[in-house]
Amino acid sequence: MSTGPFRVVGQSVRRLDALEKVTGQARYVTDLVQPGMLHAKLLRSPYPHARIVRADVARARLSRGVHAVVTSLDLGWCDPYFGPAFRDRPILATDVVRYEGEPVAAVVAEEEILAAEALDLIDVDYEPLPAVTTLEEALAPGAPLVHTSKPLAGHFADLASLRPEPGTNICHQFDLVRGRGAEAFAEADLVLEDVYRFPRVQHYSMEPHAALAAWNEEGGLTVWASTQNPYSVRVELARMFAVPLSRIRIIVPHLGGGFGGKTYAKLEPIVSALARIVSRPVRLALSVEEAFRTVRRCDSRARVRVGFRRDGALLAAACHADFDVGAYADIGPRIIQKGTYTATGPYRVPNVVLHAAAVYTNTTPCGAFRGFGVPQLAWALESLVDEAARRLDRDPVDLRRQNLLGHGEEYMPGDTPIDGKFEESLNQAAQSIRWTAPTDSDHGRGIAMMMKASIGPSVSEAIVRFHADASVTVLASTVEMGQGARTVLAQIAAEVLAVPLQRITVAIPDTAVTPYDQTTSSSRSTTMMGRAVQEAAEDVRDQLLHIAGHRLGVAPGRLHVADEAVVSAEHRLPYLELLGERFGMGGGELIGRGVMAPGRSAAPLGGSTPFWEMAVGAATVSVDADTGAVVVEEYVSVADVGRCINPQQCEGQDEGAVMQGIGHTLLEEMEYEAGYLLNANLAAYRVPRADDVPPRLHCRFVENADGAGPFGAKGAGEGSLIPVSPAVGNALARLTGVRFRELPLTPERVWRALQAPR
Amino acid sequence: MPPHALLLDVLRDRLGLRGAKRSCDIQVCGACTVLVDGHPVSACTHLAWEVDGCEVRTIEGLAEGESLHPLQEAFVECGAVQCGFCTSGMLMTATALLTEEVTPTREHIVHYLRGSLCRCTGYRKIIDAIAACAGGQGVKR
Repeated sequence: MSTGPFRVVGQSVRRLDALEKVTGQARYVTDLVQPGMLHAKLLRSPYPHARIVRADVARARLSRGVHAVVTSLDLGWCDPYFGPAFRDRPILATDVVRYEGEPVAAVVAEEEILAAEALDLIDVDYEPLPAVTTLEEALAPGAPLVHTSKPLAGHFADLASLRPEPGTNICHQFDLVRGRGAEAFAEADLVLEDVYRFPRVQHYSMEPHAALAAWNEEGGLTVWASTQNPYSVRVELARMFAVPLSRIRIIVPHLGGGFGGKTYAKLEPIVSALARIVSRPVRLALSVEEAFRTVRRCDSRARVRVGFRRDGALLAAACHADFDVGAYADIGPRIIQKGTYTATGPYRVPNVVLHAAAVYTNTTPCGAFRGFGVPQLAWALESLVDEAARRLDRDPVDLRRQNLLGHGEEYMPGDTPIDGKFEESLNQAAQSIRWTAPTDSDHGRGIAMMMKASIGPSVSEAIVRFHADASVTVLASTVEMGQGARTVLAQIAAEVLAVPLQRITVAIPDTAVTPYDQTTSSSRSTTMMGRAVQEAAEDVRDQLLHIAGHRLGVAPGRLHVADEAVVSAEHRLPYLELLGERFGMGGGELIGRGVMAPGRSAAPLGGSTPFWEMAVGAATVSVDADTGAVVVEEYVSVADVGRCINPQQCEGQDEGAVMQGIGHTLLEEMEYEAGYLLNANLAAYRVPRADDVPPRLHCRFVENADGAGPFGAKGAGEGSLIPVSPAVGNALARLTGVRFRELPLTPERVWRALQAPR
Repeated sequence: MPPHALLLDVLRDRLGLRGAKRSCDIQVCGACTVLVDGHPVSACTHLAWEVDGCEVRTIEGLAEGESLHPLQEAFVECGAVQCGFCTSGMLMTATALLTEEVTPTREHIVHYLRGSLCRCTGYRKIIDAIAACAGGQGVKR
């Protein structure tokens, strides 16, 4: 691993896309137009659960400007089911609708407004069925079933061992026991157990989902999609439409935010089917209201038990978590096992019993969302650790410090040893918020931590093209959704090749051009794609050294690169000269290749995490006793990122993560009544605004260059969201003496709790 | 132009000015903010005929030729841009603010941004960028 000094790594260089974004020139899917493009609109179910008796589309088909009106009956020519874990989701509802807002029919018309007009002319007769709209209802004995047929396995490799519970709404279960399991609680001096709930929340990426599909005359399919993982979409479409992978092209322009909500196929199957039916390009752009009916975070109910010895040692932990995955599984089965896997946090716990269930309900399907199952359980565990500290008469920071996993320590057999120093992060957070100094009587301070695994195994491949004028193209399928990945990849290539950043172009993801990458999620891109780009650039660099070594008659190992040239103690050969020599003309290019494919391992989830994401949050809060309004006066976030490749972008990630965390902690909840979503709009669903930013917000980083990524970096971006709710909950408990177990901490909820007799 | 045509659709689809973005559709998020006679409005809830005879300024008209507006420079330098979907609206809103009040305080900026949502940045760097332009100054490079 290189220790520097670095040319461009560690610098807050300006984003590659900054200029096009501040001038309004950046193009998103809905800014694209294809010749002959038509527009689609979807008719959605008004019922949470119903049988479709009859759909009459005759009048709609005659409506002005309409090219097609499509129901499930028109999709017999393809395999209409998709989903990464189970193929349980049809392109259009087939016989049964399973949630309010599920697409039932589609209209394709000359203009969006004409398609919308025709939707009103479709007559559907439904026979309402009993619905299960909460975890309690779905898990009750004899509950109506959301799905009645045997599930079909999806394409996600490490979900081969899906464990549905036939005859129930449970579509997957995860269990893990370590040490002596539950027996060990008998030896604990303090056992605490409680149930913690996490609400239904939506990503609200400002750009709602959109996709545009066009088939060519050779039967090839191109889709411009707002997706975080073009290659997962490609494999779904290939199977559904029986087209070879090589003839499907997924192009991803800028994404207006993702946060996990744009992982795996969403709109791509339906636009592809519609474009084939009308033999014209078709675009479908959702509204925000529809995005709320497309994907959300799993709500959960977690019963967590912790057992401590009198000396503060955490002896045993148990977690029984039910996650509501909504009407279709999407990646829910993986979310529940991944989240539950680290339910015991960054602590050394010799005895563990974990159980999680993914439960179908008749509500908006769930998918990945920043934190991927971890926020739900960190909320529970970190609240309980604080309760334990109170009962053991210990300082919450001290008690945590005593139980932290150390650098290099095993978390689970077969998985990556801990690759960072939790204690350093904890100390830094405590110091930044002046933990040991007294607070004002109307303020309370709280702290919380988290540890999250990234995805393993996974694959990232990259190609670096070094052109005849010594400029560089990086081919990588990492999606730019705001996080700044393309800038970071350019910095990595520029560092290795000793060329100015301005000489580097990072191609946009296009499965016909940019090589395979599993996904832009799980905070993995800097580490996994970053390493692939680093390797590919090193491949090119080695070729340059080899050409120069041949010319000079010295071993390439005695040469290095600097300022666009290969240099030795005595010589300096500019790249331009070397390329001219290699190709004997003004053309030709050097091509470098990098592959990250660590493969499966003996770790409990089937692959080892490439790094552990770790973060600490500390909050100072106040509460208005008359209204119950909670104000986060100060927030400190510390993330162990190994090394900041671009410090300003790291800060941007974590400031955004903290604010999104404040959203589900204080403000956000999708409200349902009997299966009907009541607040699918930004007026009624309140996301954080500028005036919700804590007056003092500090995002700090621990940089020990101990990550598996380039130059010792590791992932960032999800971690800092996770401690927010327990840090605020802990601060509130220390201030008021009331322990909150349900989010969000709305004024009404807080006020009622403060009024209750204690 | 049909009487029900929205300003946002006319700008984006008829005039090809696609910098203003559609997000919430109900005048909450600010992604479609443009200036009508200097005042910030949500183009998603404005009928096109309402601006008949008015000057409409969009993000495409903020820079003067090749030279960026100081706010654009400040957004770049302060890292106030992530996914970019809110950026056009944020910049037009900030332009209106600095026209109304040359030296806004931080509190004033925060208050003014209540109609502009951003889900990526956490707002801090956006507020920094606008504050850097207060008093007619630009950001130092």
